Amino acid sequence: MSGSSAQPVLWLQAAGCTGCSISLMNAEYPDIKNLILDELVPGKALSLKFHATLMGRTGRAALEVLDAAPAEHEGRYVLVVEGAIPTAGKGYGMIGDQPMAERAGSLARNATAVLALGSCAAYGGVPAGAPNPTGCKGVADFLAGEGVEVPVVNVPGCPPHPRWFVDSVAHLLLGKVNRPGMVDDVGRVAPVYPGLIHENCPRRADFDVGRFAQSFGDEGCLYELGCKGPYADALCWDHRWNGGVNWCIQAGHPCVACCEPEFLDQVSPLYRKLLAQSPEESRREI
Amino acid sequence: MTKISIDPITRIEGHLKVDLEIEDGVIRSAWSSGALYRGLEKILAGRHPLDAQKITQRICGVCPLAHSTAASLCLDDALGIAEDIPPNGKLLRNLIYGANFLHNHVLHFYHLALPDYVDPEVLAGHSTAPLGQLLSPGPTGEDRRFTEKENRHLVENYVQALTVRRKAQELVALLGGKMPHDMAVVPGGVTFRPGLGELEGFRFRLEEIKQFLEQEYIPDVHLWLERYRDHLQLGRTEDCLALGVFPQRNGRLLPQGAVLQGDYVDPSWEDIREMVDASWYTGEAVNPDWGKEDAYSWVKSPRLGGRACEVGPAARVRVALRAADGELRGSLEEGLRDARIEDEDLCSVAGRHLSRALESRVIAEKLGDWLSEVDPEGPVACSVSIPEEAAGVGLTDAPRGALVHRIEIQRGKIAQYDVISPTTWNASPRDGAGIPGPIEAALTGTSVEGNGHTEAGRIVRSFDPCLACAVQ
Repeated sequence: MSGSSAQPVLWLQAAGCTGCSISLMNAEYPDIKNLILDELVPGKALSLKFHATLMGRTGRAALEVLDAAPAEHEGRYVLVVEGAIPTAGKGYGMIGDQPMAERAGSLARNATAVLALGSCAAYGGVPAGAPNPTGCKGVADFLAGEGVEVPVVNVPGCPPHPRWFVDSVAHLLLGKVNRPGMVDDVGRVAPVYPGLIHENCPRRADFDVGRFAQSFGDEGCLYELGCKGPYADALCWDHRWNGGVNWCIQAGHPCVACCEPEFLDQVSPLYRKLLAQSPEESRREI
Repeated sequence: MTKISIDPITRIEGHLKVDLEIEDGVIRSAWSSGALYRGLEKILAGRHPLDAQKITQRICGVCPLAHSTAASLCLDDALGIAEDIPPNGKLLRNLIYGANFLHNHVLHFYHLALPDYVDPEVLAGHSTAPLGQLLSPGPTGEDRRFTEKENRHLVENYVQALTVRRKAQELVALLGGKMPHDMAVVPGGVTFRPGLGELEGFRFRLEEIKQFLEQEYIPDVHLWLERYRDHLQLGRTEDCLALGVFPQRNGRLLPQGAVLQGDYVDPSWEDIREMVDASWYTGEAVNPDWGKEDAYSWVKSPRLGGRACEVGPAARVRVALRAADGELRGSLEEGLRDARIEDEDLCSVAGRHLSRALESRVIAEKLGDWLSEVDPEGPVACSVSIPEEAAGVGLTDAPRGALVHRIEIQRGKIAQYDVISPTTWNASPRDGAGIPGPIEAALTGTSVEGNGHTEAGRIVRSFDPCLACAVQ
């Protein structure tokens, strides 16, 4: 890898479920081995310094990596945060006897950029569902409240498809996220979340002729079963999941809009049908 | 007497700290502490009952199927439709769930546990050196016993297992929609009606995974066992519980049961009580109270008739040896004979790793049988409707052990939802009687070299802890 530069990455797990890490391990082309060993874009490789689920070190020896990073790689590392930030009290989430919020704040302060991976890190997600017992916030929201100024890129999804991570990181490494309009109004790399599922759904023809599934396992559009596809910006219909073998709507399950800032509260009950007749109306409805 | 804190315990799911008191090279006492609370049970209250199935699986991204399965069983019970689920619905649930077990066990052995034993220095100077740096144990990498050739072989299989576990996730997604967080498993059955194409796709992927299990995983566990045979005495526990998993026509493939002080008993889930004496909760057990005096964990302390039971693969195999049908029992007995292990040695570090391997073989074999029984023409789900008032319970084993979901429905909404997860048992703190949790008990009495990180890490990881499950 001569001529290549290593981009240090620190991966912090907060109030989450490790599902985003597992999803990334499901990546193909590049797969997780490529992501650890090879250049992700020409001339640039990721160098994963801290990831609690994968790393060999444990306890103090692991924490030392995290504690030393701000000085050792100041202004050069990318901080990936998986999970929301609990803010209602100190004890709701601790890493090495220090609140997650403090760790996330101090690590973000010295980072070149923060990647908020998954809907919890991006917008609060499931742990921020009412009554939000631990005051969970998305990372950008939390950092703004702390006065930490650092670019934050959201990669929502519960979990995000591994390609959304890879594509977002590639945009980041190539400096493309600094271009005007490249980050959309909810903090995502715009080309990674380009349009509504409903507009590209393989069951769209069923919707257009009014052929609706009435119960689980039926053929037809899943609108009556509460599909939030008219509301969700995601490329699931194109990338599909896990090597492209399937995805939610293909599996007969309504989309739950897991990638949207309104997940969980405003898209639930998950099986209640949207009343709106157009994507624009459904946006207003939710 | 020295007191040390291992925080965080890495290569597990979630946030766990272990405190140890070491004297004369022996762990005299241990405290395990779950460090993250999200309040999922509180978030569930007041919501639509069907949403529980999708929300509870977000408890954990490693074993979401455990919760989607338990929640579905729980809602099947509450809605009174358990008998109405078509055979396809049951078979497809087993196929999806079984594939998740294979994913879990391969991930656990190679990616979570094995770095405690291999020496990643063998990668220095190779193109895979960055992986070696990530896996380096740092200053506490003691007691490495593999030869250089074995090390190289195991690290190569670490890399190969990354692909195998991904393929196991593809198996889940093929019938379940996606992973993590499956879509297809729902109360009443499943949403996906697979065609022959999907079923054949499943079969061929399964064959590839089975080859890896037979040619690499099981032999690697045996190789590890040869080098670390003393781990049969490491991290032992006394009592164990399984709630059973994979419903079939004649009961569950892996049956429910408990072994308490060496005696087999048939437990009732109603004998399970959760205590919070050393947990950060007060009053109604779900009210968080961080800083509560004498408490040290977000994990509660479930007990079966007052006993702290180990749950997980070793418990399942131990129970199956007493209660499973003859064919399965025979195959497990043969597995123990091959490894020269007695059934009372199963609840140990070595027994847990071996049990995962044996169970993987059993499940992989069964997946093929269930696949042949699916009728692509038949229905996959029954219809569901939500009663105004109802209660239900869902019992299953998850890859990591016994799992209970309970729901109470009032006015058509969730009034209360309770989850008792496998790691809630294993990582539980002391209960009101001062009885330590299984991980704490397994650590106590262990002889250690150095600062205890190596031995404690090996013991804790052998349970495959999942803290996101343990505290929801």
